[in-house]
Amino acid sequence: MFRNIIKELKTAGVGMGLTLKHLFATKKRRVMDTVKSDNYFEQQGKGTNTIQYPSQELPVPEVGRYQLFVEIDDCIVCDLCAKVCPVDCIEIDSIKSPDLIGLTSDGSPKRLYAAKFDIDMAKCMYCGLCTIVCPTECITMTSEYDVSVQELDLLTYQFSDMPAEVADEKRRIFEEAQAAKQAAKLAALKKKEEGL
Amino acid sequence: MQPKQNYLNFYLIYIAVGLGLFGFSAVFALFGVYAERKVSAFIQDRLGPTETGKFGLLQTVADIVKLLQKELITPAAADKLLFALAPFIIFIAVYLGFAVMPWGPGLVPVSLNLGLFYFFAIVSIETLGILMAGWGSNNKYSMLGAMRSVAQVISYEIPAGFALISVVMIAQTLDLQQIATQQGILSTETTKFLGFLDVSHIGGILSWNIFRAPHLMVAFVIYFIASLAECNRAPFDIPEAESELVAGFHTEYTGLRFGFVFLAEYSMMFLVSMLGVILFLGAWNTPLPNIGVVQLANWTTGWGWGILWVSVKALALVGVQMWIRWTLPRFRVDQLMDLCWKVLTPLAFACMVISGLWRLLLM
Repeated sequence: MFRNIIKELKTAGVGMGLTLKHLFATKKRRVMDTVKSDNYFEQQGKGTNTIQYPSQELPVPEVGRYQLFVEIDDCIVCDLCAKVCPVDCIEIDSIKSPDLIGLTSDGSPKRLYAAKFDIDMAKCMYCGLCTIVCPTECITMTSEYDVSVQELDLLTYQFSDMPAEVADEKRRIFEEAQAAKQAAKLAALKKKEEGL
Repeated sequence: MQPKQNYLNFYLIYIAVGLGLFGFSAVFALFGVYAERKVSAFIQDRLGPTETGKFGLLQTVADIVKLLQKELITPAAADKLLFALAPFIIFIAVYLGFAVMPWGPGLVPVSLNLGLFYFFAIVSIETLGILMAGWGSNNKYSMLGAMRSVAQVISYEIPAGFALISVVMIAQTLDLQQIATQQGILSTETTKFLGFLDVSHIGGILSWNIFRAPHLMVAFVIYFIASLAECNRAPFDIPEAESELVAGFHTEYTGLRFGFVFLAEYSMMFLVSMLGVILFLGAWNTPLPNIGVVQLANWTTGWGWGILWVSVKALALVGVQMWIRWTLPRFRVDQLMDLCWKVLTPLAFACMVISGLWRLLLM
């Protein structure tokens, strides 16, 4: 019995020593170090581990897997991102243009207007597939992760800033162009038939 | 007119002392909870409260303000009278224990020649309050918690009682103020360090009870362990074991009533620590001995010093209680009873026997 008592006192003593060590190690605060740093795991267990979030932040990679962002001027509205998205959180409405609109920063020709380019971040599962398939690399994930909003609508990011009237105008121009093309086609056909 | 004036003064002093002790226990509970949260946080590598006030110092003040505003909910099936009375009985039992506690030479609310006996009797009433709370709540968790608490407190009063008796046998008095006086330079009888060296005029740490008779060190450890169980503190907190019983006997309490239960718990911590200090660790006597012409003990004895020494020592013991709480895991019910009846009780008996022999042979 006495051996047990001594053993238990000893083990309790070890435990008490351990907690005492931690009690007096609190002067040392956690260093705000990125996960890439060599002693990221070394410093754990030495001093307090709390990150006082709004006033302290752990550095994150510049291109993390957080919020999606679209550089709309570089987008060719190919719709690949919307097609690959596993949760269908990207909604794109495109308008064809009768002629070349312009070039993106990497030189790809743009032939479609984006009347609507909405990403619902509430649905997004942060897989990053859209950023992989994008041919012009205009859709990226940013390092911003603190996005609490007051209303659910605010989680739907609208990247296209084309007003409805402008979109209608573009549609009309394309339809007119199509109609003109059709007319020209018909005329050509007629001419061909007449010629025969 | 003169006698009436005297009576008035007499009662005014009593009321002032009562209010002072209540204020002390309330302030102690507030900062005790703050200290507990900080200590637990630091031990677990966290920071604890930091936002409310400098270093989070006002956190518990904010908590108590919130608690005071809360609705007093009485469960429909509760025994209303018992339920409403229990927190106050729990608190008053603890609060009345302060009545016999000496704070310094000549500074004691009531000098009772049965002081220790009174203390033990009045503090036991807390158990009754806990049982009332558990029964009155009509909640299975509360009832289980209360039953566990009663079983535990009654069991642990036995080793604690015998540890205290072994001090009383050395001191030959139940008056806490006399026990306190014996352990320093103000003693009227000779005090012997380890039973042979006369330290009546040297005082200091050498004349504390645990050094007057070294087996009282064992008695002190027994008393300290038993006192943890009596104030339901970890590792003996099975009456309120959060992981099993929600919150034990105070599950159904809200607002001010819950506040009183909490106040009682923290006052009890201080009270049992203070009793341990008075009986074993030299009460309000200074730890510094007289060495030749350097009369440290004479310089640091007095009622102001007394309050300082007794508070510092008791707070140190409260600190040890917190440290233990955040280190050791909770006992199982059978282990708890095992420790009490098979280890502490025989050891306490042995201490008592040694005390008797010590008194007869060495003093």
